[in-house]
Amino acid sequence: MKAFAELLGRLVLTPQRNAKIRLLADYFRSTPDPSRGFALAAIAGTLSLNTVKPALIRDLLLERMDEVLFHYSYDYVGDLAETVSLAWEPPQGTAPADIPLGEVVERLQRAGRSEVRSLVRDVLDRLDTAGRFAFLKLVTGGLRIGVSARLAKQALADMGGKDIGEIETLWHGLSPPYLPLFLWLSGEAEMPVLTTPAVFHSVMLATPIGEGDLEGLDPADFAAEWKWDGIRVQLANIGGVRRLYSRSGDEISGAFPEIIEAADIAGVIDGELLVGGTMRTNRATATFGDLQQRLNRKTVNRKLFEDFPAFIRGYDILFSGERDMRPEPFQTRRQALAALIDAASPQHFDLSPLVPFSTWEELDRLRSEPPDPVIEGIMLKRLDSPYLAGRMKGPWFKWKRAPFNIDAVLMYAQRGHGKRSSYYSDFTFGVWTEAEGGTALVPVGKAYFGFTDAELEVLDRFVRDNTVERFGPVRAVRAEPDAGFVVEVAFEGLNRSTRHKSGVAMRFPRIARLRPDKLPREADRLETLQAMIGIKS
Amino acid sequence: MRGQLAEARLPAIFVRMKPDSLLYPAPKGLYCQKGDFYIDPVQPVERALITHGHSDHARAGHRRVLATRETLDIMRIRYGDGFCGESEIAKLGEAMTVNGVRVSFHPAGHVLGSAQIAVEAGGKRIVVSGDYKRRSDPTCRPFEPVSCDVFITEATFGLPVFHHPDDRAETARLLASLKQFPERAHVVGAYALGKAQRVIALLRQQGYDEPIHIHGALAKLCEYYRTEGIDLGDLRPATLAGDKRPDFAGGIVIGPPSAFADRWARRFAEPVAAFASGWMLIRQRAKQRGVELPLVISDHCDWAELTGTIREIAPAEVWVTHGREEALVRWCELECIPARPLHLVGYDDEGE
Repeated sequence: MKAFAELLGRLVLTPQRNAKIRLLADYFRSTPDPSRGFALAAIAGTLSLNTVKPALIRDLLLERMDEVLFHYSYDYVGDLAETVSLAWEPPQGTAPADIPLGEVVERLQRAGRSEVRSLVRDVLDRLDTAGRFAFLKLVTGGLRIGVSARLAKQALADMGGKDIGEIETLWHGLSPPYLPLFLWLSGEAEMPVLTTPAVFHSVMLATPIGEGDLEGLDPADFAAEWKWDGIRVQLANIGGVRRLYSRSGDEISGAFPEIIEAADIAGVIDGELLVGGTMRTNRATATFGDLQQRLNRKTVNRKLFEDFPAFIRGYDILFSGERDMRPEPFQTRRQALAALIDAASPQHFDLSPLVPFSTWEELDRLRSEPPDPVIEGIMLKRLDSPYLAGRMKGPWFKWKRAPFNIDAVLMYAQRGHGKRSSYYSDFTFGVWTEAEGGTALVPVGKAYFGFTDAELEVLDRFVRDNTVERFGPVRAVRAEPDAGFVVEVAFEGLNRSTRHKSGVAMRFPRIARLRPDKLPREADRLETLQAMIGIKS
Repeated sequence: MRGQLAEARLPAIFVRMKPDSLLYPAPKGLYCQKGDFYIDPVQPVERALITHGHSDHARAGHRRVLATRETLDIMRIRYGDGFCGESEIAKLGEAMTVNGVRVSFHPAGHVLGSAQIAVEAGGKRIVVSGDYKRRSDPTCRPFEPVSCDVFITEATFGLPVFHHPDDRAETARLLASLKQFPERAHVVGAYALGKAQRVIALLRQQGYDEPIHIHGALAKLCEYYRTEGIDLGDLRPATLAGDKRPDFAGGIVIGPPSAFADRWARRFAEPVAAFASGWMLIRQRAKQRGVELPLVISDHCDWAELTGTIREIAPAEVWVTHGREEALVRWCELECIPARPLHLVGYDDEGE
């Protein structure tokens, strides 16, 4: 538990991706089974434990501590698990021992409902402060350490000197504590062979087109498809076992029984789940807003079925029958997919059409004016690329519709982390609105990237020279109609929000350009943003 | 001897004096009317008794100052020769009289030269602990409990959540990170007086003998510690002039915490930001400051040491000052020890 606690402590406070990977890989290398496998599961979100309610750990602390002192402490620390881990005093004579994480997890999994209380108390007594904190975060079900499953897999790849694609391929067929996986990674066994059919296979993801990415690429090497705005799914029917998975591998068969019923196919396909009509029935595809009516439901009533019929728009094929199609080039897979969909129910399946183009300029025009409102951009797929699990740069690109841009005024700045800890690099910006007592700025978003290092120097200098107030780590900067700093903010879309004072929330805002040539009074107004709500980029 | 004679000559009225009339909080600090002196005053006064050299306790501009030799030296280093009108050395453990009030200084274990001040008149003794700690510290003399009627304790870490870990385990974490990230500079924020030298001394005790680079603000104090016989090993300036500056990759750089928010910090190779402070026990504190490697090393008592000290000294009454007074007062209530908060102003209970 000690090593796991130290790992969590470091991960929470480490902003750099590569440093996180090294911390994880070193931990996996130096920790024995099954502890490391359970740690991996806890981080990747695949560990299922009987969770313990916060009220229980609070009660346990109050068995030993004055309630007034507890309140002073909790008010100060602000986090219950942390308060308990810090204030916990083991009875006299119990020296802290290091219980392995694996033992803790196994004891928790074995424990009956009535035993949990004394088990938690006993474990708390035997761990040190950091160990108690890690343990409490584990059992209350909220690690929140800023590490994605993908990052953990990259660390596994680094540890074993393997390709992350191989780990992705295996991932959904394995379960905690991942003993065969670690045996293979440490060179003590062959790569595990998956036996269960209809298991989710990690999907292939695209990287966004960045500046200069298209230079040097030949349009003739790529196929283009529309990028549809639904949810990415995988449908499997192997040996009669039918399953529908979301892109992260969660099973969602229950919410879409009509798809499961119509899945009279043999194999595994990749596609977009949409509602409305298929192209084969000549009816319009409905929006993401309509699709949301069908999401996150355990059961579906008849009206929902009729109003929002679901279907799959096929992108790719992973297995045709039992034959693994993934090593085949895109073109071959596409033919197999087309044949499979042709034979399937026209109300429930159609094929994502290709977009013919000959130059990047032509494709750029198509991208900015797509023929259907449910399209959010273009996908580019190398004709010769195999189906590879995960997101790697090269074989697939996504090219979204142009982002929105507004001019906003810098209002607050906060210091960044790590390399940027001496710079003011997190910026809150606002636009003008009519408020009581005249025109005022209202914050509309926060951005901490998009600018170059040289631009950051300029922003940092502005913040230091124009601070008007400090709130802890945050500085308010001068922002008046004729004095202040204007930035061009790019974002992907705008949603209505009740959490923000402005009533709007931006998706992926970033600072696109500095506009030292503009005065704050020339920045945009809130009405401009309100008019953009609901429009998607 | 001098003190005992002075006590014998006290007029009868002071024999019945209640402890709080011997010392009480005044706008300029804790005041003794009978002896006409202040302890750690926050504004210039005629006569000041100073517990230790941290700038919120030891300020410049008093006419007469009584403090340990080390504290006076430290004040001179920080404020220059004219830091006060007249200075007088207090020897640890030796009683003296100030305007008929018996005073004595005793080690507080906080930083080099730090002392508790016992004030005695009319058969009542009040001990002003100043800032203190109970852990061993290679850079200063350990705290000595002094029995008294009133014990005035600090409460910087006066909440039951504060349990400082073993300081050697914390510096060991720094050394482990140095091994794990040998291409990065490990930049440690530590207060210029006391903490910085303690961290360096701990690293040396653990066998780290590479040069340690220090910020300019630490140079004079580190040099002073060295002349006091505290071995800090090979220290080099982290502010090398010239066009080719080293980026300190794989090295340890120590500077005052304020320097890390400053442009000074930009010269280091992908720095791992560390901070040596008792506050680093609280995760949000570390996060807010952008600290990647929190080192929980404190020059103050943690909760167990505060309560343990009160039990050990067993004073008739406890007064609690700077920090989280309310929790310690509550604990005293539960233990049936009369206690009250002092509400002194002007001390920086966050700086550590």
